[in-house]
Amino acid sequence: MAKGFVVISAERCKGCGFCVEFCPTKVLALASAFNSKGYHPPHVVNSDKCSGCDLCGMYCPDFAIFGARNAR
Amino acid sequence: MSDTLLEVLPEIPEDAHNPVEPFLRMDRMPHIWCPGCGIGTTVNCFARALQSSQVDLKKTVIVSGIGCTGRVAGYANLDSFHTTHGRAIPFATGMKLANPELNVVVYSGDGDLFAIGGNHFIHAARRNMDIKVVCVNNMIYAMTGGQTAPTTPGTSVTSTAPYGVYEPTFNLPALAEAAGASYVARWTTFHVKQVAKSMEEMMKKKGFCFIEIISPCPTLYQRRNKMGDALDAMKYYKEASKVRNGAPTSETTLSKTGEIVVGKFVDRDRPDYLEVLKAQMVSVLGDRYTEPENSCCEC
Amino acid sequence: MHADPKGVLTGVHFIDGDHACCEGLLAAGARFSSGYPITPSTEVVERFAQRIPTVGGVFIQMEDELAASITLQGAVWAGAKAFTVTSGPGFSLMMEHIGLAAMTETPCVFVDVQRGGPSTGLPTLPAQADMMQARWGSHGDYGMIALCPNSPQECFDLAITAFNLAEEFRTPVMLMLDECIGHMTEKVVIPEAEKIEVTPRRWTSEPPETFQLFKPKADMVPDMVKAGDGYSIHVTGLTHDERGYPNMTVDVQDRSVRRLVNKLTPLANERAIFETADLDDAEVVVVSYGITSRVAQRALKLAREQGIKAGKFRLISAWPFPTERLRALAGRVKAMVVPEINLGQMVLEVERAAAGKCKVIPVSHAGGTVHNPEVILKAIVEAAR
Repeated sequence: MAKGFVVISAERCKGCGFCVEFCPTKVLALASAFNSKGYHPPHVVNSDKCSGCDLCGMYCPDFAIFGARNAR
Repeated sequence: MSDTLLEVLPEIPEDAHNPVEPFLRMDRMPHIWCPGCGIGTTVNCFARALQSSQVDLKKTVIVSGIGCTGRVAGYANLDSFHTTHGRAIPFATGMKLANPELNVVVYSGDGDLFAIGGNHFIHAARRNMDIKVVCVNNMIYAMTGGQTAPTTPGTSVTSTAPYGVYEPTFNLPALAEAAGASYVARWTTFHVKQVAKSMEEMMKKKGFCFIEIISPCPTLYQRRNKMGDALDAMKYYKEASKVRNGAPTSETTLSKTGEIVVGKFVDRDRPDYLEVLKAQMVSVLGDRYTEPENSCCEC
Repeated sequence: MHADPKGVLTGVHFIDGDHACCEGLLAAGARFSSGYPITPSTEVVERFAQRIPTVGGVFIQMEDELAASITLQGAVWAGAKAFTVTSGPGFSLMMEHIGLAAMTETPCVFVDVQRGGPSTGLPTLPAQADMMQARWGSHGDYGMIALCPNSPQECFDLAITAFNLAEEFRTPVMLMLDECIGHMTEKVVIPEAEKIEVTPRRWTSEPPETFQLFKPKADMVPDMVKAGDGYSIHVTGLTHDERGYPNMTVDVQDRSVRRLVNKLTPLANERAIFETADLDDAEVVVVSYGITSRVAQRALKLAREQGIKAGKFRLISAWPFPTERLRALAGRVKAMVVPEINLGQMVLEVERAAAGKCKVIPVSHAGGTVHNPEVILKAIVEAAR
């Protein structure tokens, strides 16, 4: 299982793409779907690679995503 | 529709929450900043620095001026003050002097701090007032629609310089150092870990501290100058930044597309305003000097 | 609540209005001042700078009046009683922050020792030409309290009143001296601390969970906390709701701005501060304030000696203007004579209050000195015809 996980609040996202671009293990991609404001939020495409480093969380200007390490 | 977007992975603990939430007024979200604006990223770093520095949040206040970055105070879950244009620093000065137990952070933009507020910045640095100044430098007046700031680099097009800017800019780290700041650092919004670490250092450091954070303004700076979107700005910061801790601030001038020297440039110790005040009063008045009581209104 | 004896220089003194004003501010509990030197007001902060290190407090000389007028507000939100002092050009620079104090309901005192203007004007000579600026100088609608002493003793007394009203109404208060009053040396009696009433800040007793920083009490004024109390307050110059959060809607603008004006209504009516004499049989009333009220005193005496039934109405609280009081008076006199060292400011308010019920005669003076009492007398004589 992956070392970490990300939690996405899709409705808060404004689709800047920082999290997708700067994820060191390329866990994320922008979804083709829209949120209710019309932005494409990220979704997880490689969950098993997530290290839970929270770099996505640090980059996110909208507090819409964060990463955390699994307890085990 | 949002249900289809939320990747609810089976192993996510139910109590998982965004670590910055306790530091923000989440009831005020979403914030007013544009998609790709870097201010939110700096706030994210600030929230993490509040956590890592373990400052007493009840004794920590944030003061902003006017502009996009001026809105930061309103989103921080601290005693927060959104003052007038350019005057966050003197307001913060009054707070610190009236209650030295407060950790006083000024969070504002380049136009606010260095055009209309430039005089206050240099005097607070000269006094080594124990306040912490964070400047989000998006190189433009964004709130009012993209006018020239004292930081807008040469040849950039702004709404008030439609044929390109020709005024020289301020080199903010050099200005801060020359005026007397105890701590001076510059990063970009690409350098999130370094920003958070510098902010943590700043919170623990006594005296006048200054951090400049170069930040994208995709709506009014990048777009008008055909520099792409916020992600393009971030990629530029990544490629053009050169970490030079301790670099002479004479070498930290910015240009429109050139190298960005980042790092911690100044970290020095000199007595702060209140220490000097007390020493002088004690030396002249001796026992007659009476230390101010905090919160005198309770007397 | 009684004054803190540490700031009270009990005794009989022979000092000028600026110095007496400083002692009044100290007696009221002021322990913080941010200033910027400007004639003829500087003596107030010079004395404060000399006195405060042994009383316990801070004076800081700022880089300009813009800084001075907001540094004190930071101090207020950190818990201090704070003031600044200035004159004409500096008063102009402070206008934005007087608006901030009104909008954020920050209790504080601004002292303006008026000199001749416009611009640099007459730095060392008197005028009373900032009266409208004191009321209307900052943009937007807000209420204002302005007090006008006419002696060094009143500079002391009204400095305390100014702070008491600032705290009671959570508002900035203007203490409007003029160069003559500021530099006039007279006997000033400073009572013992326990004989000085001081209004404490309106500290809330509510817990953070329910407290709202801008939610008015029955008297239309909200209670306060300070930074560091654990309430995570937000204070903004933007139009804001009861929590202090920006809310730029027509409804919130309407109810907040109306309240900023209406909360001062008691001072316009039943609690207006003024001094009267010889009004019972008066046919002509001289309405004056500050140094001019003392010059007018001579004219009133000469008029009575000539058999003219002249009376005195001295404005002490010039703002809010005591409209109802003067309107009642206007109904039973022939005329009101309004001498002031400007080309017609408070006289406009007197005209408005009189509402056509009596003649209103301005006696203007461009500044630089006081009126000749004969000029005021002449206006009284003509008004009595």
